[in-house]
Amino acid sequence: MKELPIWILFLALAVGNFALRFSFIYLFGKMDIPNWLRDALKFVPASVLAALVLPALVYSEGALDISLNNIRLLAGIGGALVAWRIKNVLWTIIVGMVLLWILQAI
Amino acid sequence: MKSTQQDFLSGARDSLPILLGVVPFAMICSVAAISMGLSSFEAVGMSFIVFAGASQLVVLQLMGEGALWIVMLLTAWVINLRFTMYSAGLAPYLQKEPLCRKIPFAYILSDQAFGVTMSHLANHSLANAAWYFYGSAFAVWLTWIISAIIGALLGSLIPASWGLDFAFPLSFMALLFAALKDRPTVIAALVGGTSAIIFNGLPYNLGLILAATLGILAGMFAEKKLAVQK
Repeated sequence: MKELPIWILFLALAVGNFALRFSFIYLFGKMDIPNWLRDALKFVPASVLAALVLPALVYSEGALDISLNNIRLLAGIGGALVAWRIKNVLWTIIVGMVLLWILQAI
Repeated sequence: MKSTQQDFLSGARDSLPILLGVVPFAMICSVAAISMGLSSFEAVGMSFIVFAGASQLVVLQLMGEGALWIVMLLTAWVINLRFTMYSAGLAPYLQKEPLCRKIPFAYILSDQAFGVTMSHLANHSLANAAWYFYGSAFAVWLTWIISAIIGALLGSLIPASWGLDFAFPLSFMALLFAALKDRPTVIAALVGGTSAIIFNGLPYNLGLILAATLGILAGMFAEKKLAVQK
């Protein structure tokens, strides 16, 4: 990856993030957060994160693979149990990665 | 000590417990960036400029998949839409503040600072609520940057053969389970996740945007339906 474009990407991300963060602090008294946005926001994390996670687990080298041969799926299920019980990012990563390494080794 | 300083310090102090969660997350973002081939400088630069962990991880994963820029930007911004809610929540307390403070502290507004500030203000009335928020936001930001630097130093020591790219879905999974609060959010996740599997073949990860939209709509629809039943 070339030097310049990646910094432009970061900058574009930052400008958008700042606009979102500053939005209603700036607009206070002029405009309130619209109801449809408030309703939609409730579902953004669940929907987007699930859309990121599931394909990463069930696709193996570009092909759908829902079987015991798919070690990322198996390790992911282990990670999901940890995520479900203790909702902690670091522990989910540690358990999932260790499971992946064990499954790779056997 | 001036009362503004006192409120700034109590905001920072009350954030200490939550900083324990900020440290590993910032380190993970740096390690992840380096595992995608970024330099340590770029990894820290990203955390410094973008300063929004979940969206940074998403962009890094999409970068690895060769997604279009517009898809990366849209996905990141959609994830960060929650900031508008925080912005609206904090706005009344910042109303009388000058722009020279509103702008930099809006820039470092974080989930953690919002959470600490709002839960404190729910039970206490402060003369300088804005300064309490500034203290919390600054504590989170400073911890984030220092941890990102430490993560970048560690990240360059980890070999690629460890398969650290798998840490992306794992980290999203932890955040996902924290976001499942009731039946409509579970429905949003099921529809979003299943659609993403179905539309995975669409070019440039456009399927992700489509799936996320369908999941959000399904959640809103489910909530309306359940509300009618009650």
